[in-house]
Amino acid sequence: MAIGSLFIIAISAIFINNFVLIKFLGICPFMGVSKKLDSALGMGGAVIFVMTIASAVTWTVQKYVLDKHGLQYLQTIVFIVVIASLVQFIEMFLQKSIPDLYKALGIFLPLITTNCAILGVTIMNITEKYSFIGAVVNGLSAGIGFTLALVMMAGIREKLELADIPEALKGVPITFITASLMSLAFMGFSGMKIG
Amino acid sequence: MTAALVLGILGLLLGLALALASKAFYVEKDERIEKVEQVLPQANCGACGYAGCAAFAEAVVKGEAEISGCIPGGSDTAAAIAGILGKKASSSEKVVAVVHCRGNINAMRNRFEYQGIKDCNAAILLHGGDVDCLYACLGYYSCVEACPFDAMEKTENGGVRVDEEKCVGCGVCVDACPKKIIELKKASKKVDVLCSSRDKGADVMKICKVGCIGCKKCEKACPVDAIKVTGNLAQIDYDICISCGKCAEVCPTHVIEDKLAALFPQGKRTPPVIEPEKCVGCTICAKNCPSDAIRGKVKEIHEIEPEKCVACGICVEKCPKDAIRWHEE
Repeated sequence: MAIGSLFIIAISAIFINNFVLIKFLGICPFMGVSKKLDSALGMGGAVIFVMTIASAVTWTVQKYVLDKHGLQYLQTIVFIVVIASLVQFIEMFLQKSIPDLYKALGIFLPLITTNCAILGVTIMNITEKYSFIGAVVNGLSAGIGFTLALVMMAGIREKLELADIPEALKGVPITFITASLMSLAFMGFSGMKIG
Repeated sequence: MTAALVLGILGLLLGLALALASKAFYVEKDERIEKVEQVLPQANCGACGYAGCAAFAEAVVKGEAEISGCIPGGSDTAAAIAGILGKKASSSEKVVAVVHCRGNINAMRNRFEYQGIKDCNAAILLHGGDVDCLYACLGYYSCVEACPFDAMEKTENGGVRVDEEKCVGCGVCVDACPKKIIELKKASKKVDVLCSSRDKGADVMKICKVGCIGCKKCEKACPVDAIKVTGNLAQIDYDICISCGKCAEVCPTHVIEDKLAALFPQGKRTPPVIEPEKCVGCTICAKNCPSDAIRGKVKEIHEIEPEKCVACGICVEKCPKDAIRWHEE
């Protein structure tokens, strides 16, 4: 696969089809873990990590298990099982081998086991008929896009803490309004011509 | 049929892989870490310098942190940790916060009408706050909010004071105060200057009435030269101070607070008295007396000279026979 098309996949997954702001996947952590900048970065790091590895593994499972036996209709359940055990495995592996990374990712690693953004990116890899490398790049970029959205949101919310917000809008409401405005801004990317 | 088979095999394989992985990647965790964590206060105040109680527990077990590092837990927690680790606890003296402002705030909000967020760190951004005295407490209770132990009390005049019973000396309020008028000191030091104003005496009288006017009377009264007036403000060097309260007695604006004086019947300290039947003449009290007010030879009953005594109470604490009577507890 040419470098050019990989670049297109990356830009598309980070900006044009940003998982959180355009596809509305992974909204739960987007709202939940965006209160502080450093925890947002931790969550983002964990998502990038898991998305990339999950993309590689599920693509292989799809190609060599599901497609071979004509079981495409089992995709969702198989992917969920694979991703869940994969995250468990990664957690154990990290704790033993790279304790520093394990500490940095901390609680966020098990939290994203059942994140719909992970399942979304793996299924998208298949429906878009990406190659193996394409799928990995897509997973990585989707993770970066997720982190971008999360970090921007955390930055805004840290400022919002100090702002004079009407009583009725305090907390979650103003966060949703902020998120929708960010989403509108990101939709501007869809007019971008690449490639 | 194939579906069930494939899914079954997949599940089995993944399960087996995870089971093997949990054996292969088993990390031995020091069980003492968990035990230490259980005896910690779980306030996660960060006063120890670690990110919460769990991190501190790990550091203690590894030997990176002092056993007495948990300030809120105090000596009880230190002893409990020492028991778990089989080490001896080095004693840590109790530390408490003190707010250096009498807090006559409600009467001083005359600079302008502040309508912003009721938070000191926000209020200070607008011309240093709406309180006339630029050194005073802002009275929006950021420290009260921040205190994890509910030890900061709002006073009726709009200021704050520390409940020394509840205060554990974690220092969270010190960081929360934008005016930097909260300080940590040893709980055994009972006399504090409740003012931070460096304004001239006349200005203090005009705007606050209960502030330090820099008259230096306390300086002259202090038997150990622990209190000094610098820049129109009396400040106590807690390392030298013997907590005798003489400065508080002479202070014309009553800005120096003597917490012990309140324990006496007339609100004024009186010299302690040695009970002759208990005194064994060990001379420990005479050696520790800062004002040389205790007379008596070895193995003879000692006596306190009231005219020399500054009523600091050091002898009361030092007496091994508990023979010196002072205030009612």
